[in-house]
Formats: sequence, structure tokens, C-alpha cells
Amino acid sequence: MNTPQQPKRRQFFKIASAGTVASASGGLPMLFMPNAAVAEDVLGADVFKGLTKIARDIFPHDRFEDELYANAVGVYADQAKADGALKKMLQDGVAQANAAAKKKFGKDYADVATEKQRLEILKSMVKTPFFAKLRGDLVVSLYNQPAVWAKLGYQGPSADKGGYINRGFNDQDWMDKI
Amino acid sequence: MASKKFGLNDEVVVIVGSGAGGGTLGNELAQKGIDVVILEAGKRHEINDFENDEWPMFSKISWLDKRTTSGTWRVAKDFPNLPAWIVKAVGGSTVHWAGASLRFQEHEFKTRTVYGAVKGANLLDWPITLKDLEPYYARAEDKMGTTGTNGIPRLPGSNNYKVLAAGAKKMGYKRFHTGNMSINSQPRDGRGSCQQIGFCFQGCKSGAKWSTLYTEIPKGEKTGHMEVRSDAQALKIEHDASGKVTGVLYGDSKGNRYFQKAKVVCVAGNSIESPRLLLNSASSMFPNGLANSSGQVGKNYMRHMTGSVYATFEKPVHMFRGTTMAGIVQDEARFDPKRGFVGGYEMETLSLGVPFLAAFLDPGSWGRDFSTAMDAYDNMAGMWLVGEDMAQESNRITLHASEKDQFGLPIPNVQFSDHPNDVAMRNHGFKQGKALYESVGAKRVIYTPPYPSTHNLGTNRMSAKASDGVVNKWGQSHDVKNLFVSDGSQFTTGGAENPTLTIVALAIRQAEYIAQSLNNREI
Repeated sequence: MNTPQQPKRRQFFKIASAGTVASASGGLPMLFMPNAAVAEDVLGADVFKGLTKIARDIFPHDRFEDELYANAVGVYADQAKADGALKKMLQDGVAQANAAAKKKFGKDYADVATEKQRLEILKSMVKTPFFAKLRGDLVVSLYNQPAVWAKLGYQGPSADKGGYINRGFNDQDWMDKI
Repeated sequence: MASKKFGLNDEVVVIVGSGAGGGTLGNELAQKGIDVVILEAGKRHEINDFENDEWPMFSKISWLDKRTTSGTWRVAKDFPNLPAWIVKAVGGSTVHWAGASLRFQEHEFKTRTVYGAVKGANLLDWPITLKDLEPYYARAEDKMGTTGTNGIPRLPGSNNYKVLAAGAKKMGYKRFHTGNMSINSQPRDGRGSCQQIGFCFQGCKSGAKWSTLYTEIPKGEKTGHMEVRSDAQALKIEHDASGKVTGVLYGDSKGNRYFQKAKVVCVAGNSIESPRLLLNSASSMFPNGLANSSGQVGKNYMRHMTGSVYATFEKPVHMFRGTTMAGIVQDEARFDPKRGFVGGYEMETLSLGVPFLAAFLDPGSWGRDFSTAMDAYDNMAGMWLVGEDMAQESNRITLHASEKDQFGLPIPNVQFSDHPNDVAMRNHGFKQGKALYESVGAKRVIYTPPYPSTHNLGTNRMSAKASDGVVNKWGQSHDVKNLFVSDGSQFTTGGAENPTLTIVALAIRQAEYIAQSLNNREI
């Protein structure tokens, strides 16, 4: 399988997401470059770590490395720098998750051992604007990564390879044998 | 080649919009030697600008100006500012359309008569019949190179189609094939054949798919009788003391405003912007909006009954490989109220790439229920259900009470709620789609709710009587004789079929009428 390649690819953000936050739900879509390192710097290492773990728990794929979730959270780099309210929302959200985790399991959210335990906390937060915003943004930023496409078996762009006409658009016949 | 440029004081036919309706009408008039200026709100992106990448193309070509929503439809909750998924660019939504080109069925032109008085619905017979439209359907199919017509072979079936066809056979369905697609299966009209690229919704990189962008528009421009102005958003249609329209005020992204004189104005901005323009053109003579003596402008908004069924299998499908919508089962499109609803629906192959599937599969969902579906992406097949929804007066486009756009004009609000008939039809379609896929071994079946509307119809409907609708059987305003509606907003009812072929057929027919009327000095 070919790995989709797009050297100058921009991460696209917003509008697709289901937000309950007024400011998040709609308006013009914006394009952001994902940058995990900058996001970590802007939000703080602990907050970034918490967000990355929450990202995995929202869209859990065991075969995805942590890096893919960190990249997804990385779209907040420029946004959180420019938007103090957003930065605070993300920081407060992680603080709330950590506080609940400390109370229940004696440690920060990201350090709670099992997904089942972490979900007990996350499920209590689904109605918060923080969760809606994060889920809505991540469903775009996580699944818009060519490295994710490759893992899921999506070959992506084909025009530059002559389409799929000679690359398997009709190569399956199992359905005819049922 | 540089196309003809007209002056603002030239009295031309002004067409608002360059999609299936406007682009086709413009070329048809230009071919007859009639001078036309097309005002297109969006930019001109040629094929070189197309990318095989869902979000970047979405952000490049979609109509993203703010709109609001109301009603009980789920789109209002999941995508409150994106009621419709349509294109703002030269070529309009023919840039991203899938290519499915189906004729209406005879009974779909007379639903009030055939379906009877459906409670809560505002059904009305079209003032034209299938017979009236047949010659124009034939010309549209020839123009667009529709497969399965004019001796043009159908497209080869992709893996996604093969799953659909195998299931259809098991179900005992009889009418299934790779569709009537306006996508070249062999070179035709100066365009090559389909390379099974996928990404039909992102603009066809090979140009095999018909779009006014690279067919009607350059052909019209070549005549010397047509100019397309991009970045030209129509703001208001003006009229004189006699009530005849005199031209169109438009604005560009730099904040400039212009007034283009017109002897005829044709509105083809799709079913949200077209009624919005008429409503925003209210005057002391027409206080409720232009062409609105019936009060029907903006009402009867239809979006087709839609829904998708995705299914995962043991073995690979790779649904993204190849033509997106080249596959159809038509057995459920019939009129058969024994199923518990009037009207019918088509089942058509559909695939989304990973980015769009994640966003649209089940908006708002998360956790392993969701991620395990995405994990089976390569073994997934998909179909789209598209059927006739009921015209309802309360489903409508209105002007927002307080929010304004970049030109200072009220933005549109789109109100929609399913009619019980729409719900019954969707549930039937989901059940049949599930049974079809399970008959060929589906492990898991997912019902996906309607996407933001791609088929927007009915908001300036055709009617025999002036009190029932906005335009007559030629798409001509009942109130203003040199004002026409030339897009899907003139549909009296929606039919089960993808609307583009009917929009094109109506535009060809309307061009003849306008030419004749101008010639006879009737308008």
C-alpha cells in the first residue's frame, strides 16, 4: 500500500465539528498548521499530556502511536497562542479531569492505569463545552493526518498516480462468491 | 482566450449563478447570439486548483458564508451554520456533484394528484409533464454525455458497486447497474474518460465528469456573447415604475459595488441564495420581496430524504477507489404506498475518505463504538439513500432578524423538519440497506444521518396558478415578466432523483422560451 504523501499539506480545522460552544459552532473554517511542540509550550507540558491522553480516550485506536494524538492536539498551537479564552478552556478542562482523577484514583488523568477507569471520569465531562470543543476539533485533526490514513488503509490522493483505474478499483471478487 | 466584456450599461441578460442552471442557461442563450453576463459570487478555480484532499478542497470551494438553522433536523444541531454543502465558485455545485443524472418518473410531476392530500404537506402538481420535458432530458443527456444514454456505455463497476450489486441480487432487486452518470466512460466532447480517481466531490481532476466550469462556460464564452464575472455577489434586483426588472446590484470582496443593467434577470443561485436575493430585493412596490405576491418565496424548502448505510465486511472493499456514485439500485424508487409512505428512493453507492467519514459517520459520537468503525475503513462499503421528501410550507428560507453578512444584508436562516413521510421512508431505506449488506455477509451496519443538504430545492416553486407558487411553467415569475428562476428552487416537488439533470433540462427549455420571447418583444 502506498503511503499518502503531501509535503505541503495544511491541517484543516473547524466547521466540521459538532460544537455546543457558541464560538466554536460554525463561522468560517480556519486553517492551522499542527505543531505539537509549540502546543506543548503554549499550554504547558502537563496540560498537553492530559489532552493527548483524553484525545486517545475519545478516539481510541490501539494501533495508533501517541505521536498521532499529540499531532492532533498540536492544532491548538497557534490557536491557543492567539486566543486566551480557548487556552483557558483547555487548561481548565484538563484541570477538571485531573481533579476528578485525583479524587477517585489518587493521580492525574493521564496516569490513571486503565481506559475503563479514565472513561469513568471522561463520561462525567461529556456535557461540558470543553469536551464538545475537544471532540469536535479532534475528529478533524486526528483523522486528517496522512499517517492515520495509511493505518486505516485509506490510500488518499490518486490523480497524480493515474487514478485507481489500474490500481485496484475493482480488484475484489469475494462478494460474487457469497 | 479572452472572453467578451460587457459594459455596466449594456442591457444584457443577467444570470445570477454559474452552476447547472445558470451555466447551462448562459451557454444556451449565448449560442443563440443573446448577450449574457453571469454574476458568480465565488472565485474561478480551474482543474489545476483541484486537490485530492477533502478538507482543503472543502475550504476552497464550499459556500461558507454564515447561515443559521432552525427546525428539528439533526443538521441544525450538528452543523448549525452549515445547512447546505454546496459550492461557491464558477461552475457552482457542478464542481463537486457526483454526476448521477436521472430523469424524473412520470408520476413525480403530479404528486398532488397521485399521492392525494398528504397531511402537513404542501404538494402541488407541476405545471409541466414528463412528456413536456422528455425532449429536453434527451438534449441534456447528450450535452452532458450521460452513460446509459445515447449509446454511451456505462462505467465499469468498482468494488463498492460490486458489493451493492451482489447484495441487490440476493435481495431480488432487478434494476441495478452503475448508473446514468454524466462522467465519460469513453472520450467525448473534448474530454477524456474516467480514470477511477475517486474524489468526485473535490472537483474532477481529469475533467471526465461534466461540470459547467469546463463545458458550458468556456463554450458560451467562445461565442463572444457571454461574460462570467467571478467574485460578484448579487445583492439586489432593481425594477422600474412599471414593475419590470432593470438590473442587478452586486458587490465584490474588495467592497466595491456595481449595478449591471439588464433586459432580463435569471436567478440561479441555488435554493437558499435565490429566494434570499428575491426577499432582499423588496421595495415599496413589492414589500414582501420580488416575485412574491403568492407569499411562497422561500417556502417549501426540500432537501431530499437522505441517509447513508455503511457496512463492514470480513474482506477488503476499498470503497474510496474509483467513481464515487457509479452504482444504483432503483427498485425502491417506485410509487408504492403499501410500504407505508408515498414517493420512492434510490440507493446509490457512496464513499467518503477518512477525513470526511470521521466527521459525518455519526456526528458527535466518540469512544470505541466509533473508532472500531473507523478501524474497519478498508473493509467498508457505503450507499446513499436519496428519495422524495414532502414539500412543507413551514420548511423555509427566511431573512435573519438581526445578523448581517459582509455586505450588510440579512443572512439566511434555513428551517427544516422532517415530515412523517420522510421519516418512514428513511427508516425503510435503512432497513433495506442493512438487509442488502447483510445478505452478502456484513459484520456491522451503521446508519448515518443526512449530511448537510446537497440537494436544495423548491423555494421558488413552479405553479400553474400565480397564487400557488412563484414562477410559471417556463420558470418565469408570475409577477414580473422579465424575471426568471433557473435553478432547482423552481422545482414544484423533488422527485426521488438527483436533481441536476432536471435542472439542466429546464435550463435548455427556458433558454428557448427566453430567446423566443425576446424575439417577439414579449419581455
